[in-house]
Amino acid sequence: MMADSSPSVHSGDHSAATMSREVVVINAAGLHARPADLLAREARRWQSRIELVNDSQRADGKSILDLLTLAAEAGTRLVVEATGPDAREALEAIGSLFERRFNEHEDNPRS
Amino acid sequence: MKFSDFVASEAIRSQVHATTKEGVIREMAQSLVDSGKIAEADLESIVKAILKREELGSTGIGRGVAVPHTKHPSVGKLVGTVAVSQDGINFESLDGEPVQLFFLLVSPPDRPGDHLRALENISRQLRDEGFCQQLKAAKNPIDIQNLLVEADSHGVAT
Repeated sequence: MMADSSPSVHSGDHSAATMSREVVVINAAGLHARPADLLAREARRWQSRIELVNDSQRADGKSILDLLTLAAEAGTRLVVEATGPDAREALEAIGSLFERRFNEHEDNPRS
Repeated sequence: MKFSDFVASEAIRSQVHATTKEGVIREMAQSLVDSGKIAEADLESIVKAILKREELGSTGIGRGVAVPHTKHPSVGKLVGTVAVSQDGINFESLDGEPVQLFFLLVSPPDRPGDHLRALENISRQLRDEGFCQQLKAAKNPIDIQNLLVEADSHGVAT
């Protein structure tokens, strides 16, 4: 079990099932740099592989760069998939980040 | 969104003089003033807003790349520019690495979607390690501009 990032052909003994849940981007500014940073930090706390999926693409939940390619605006529905021993806890923690609007106060445009 | 939709080509800098985080932000904002994309009168307010955003968490997103940005009511459309530091600048990046490649964005407060699509384009293109290396190795603004045009022509961001 070295190189955990290499695509492995061996179909694990621990039958790492993939769990998933839907999340909705509800903060007004969408999944911009700061939320992506928070999300990647949260995802990295877990052992499981974590991916965010929209209609057309998948992003590595642990990579800010990847997450930003989703360009997920407010209202976007995404599926979070977690594969690994702590998948359930990871999904819960990530879902809660979305629900808490990434701690963003809905800022009025400075004018 | 493509680079050409928001990058002010006259504001591109291949060798920034600045050696600090604030310095490079100031230099890039000044380049937008010099190219007529933002008003001189708004410079200070824009620089301050970008620095304030950095206090919330560095926009140094890793791989030697940073995307300092802010919303600002003075701009009617998203404007941005690109700069390269040959030596790299301590930007308090998330991965702790010095930053060589900067994309600075100023967007209208009511257009969060445009900002997201610019970030999308930048991050999509920068996943290509070769593209990052080529930008960092660029000798002059024209090289950078050409690399951006080339990326625009085959990197189809939706």
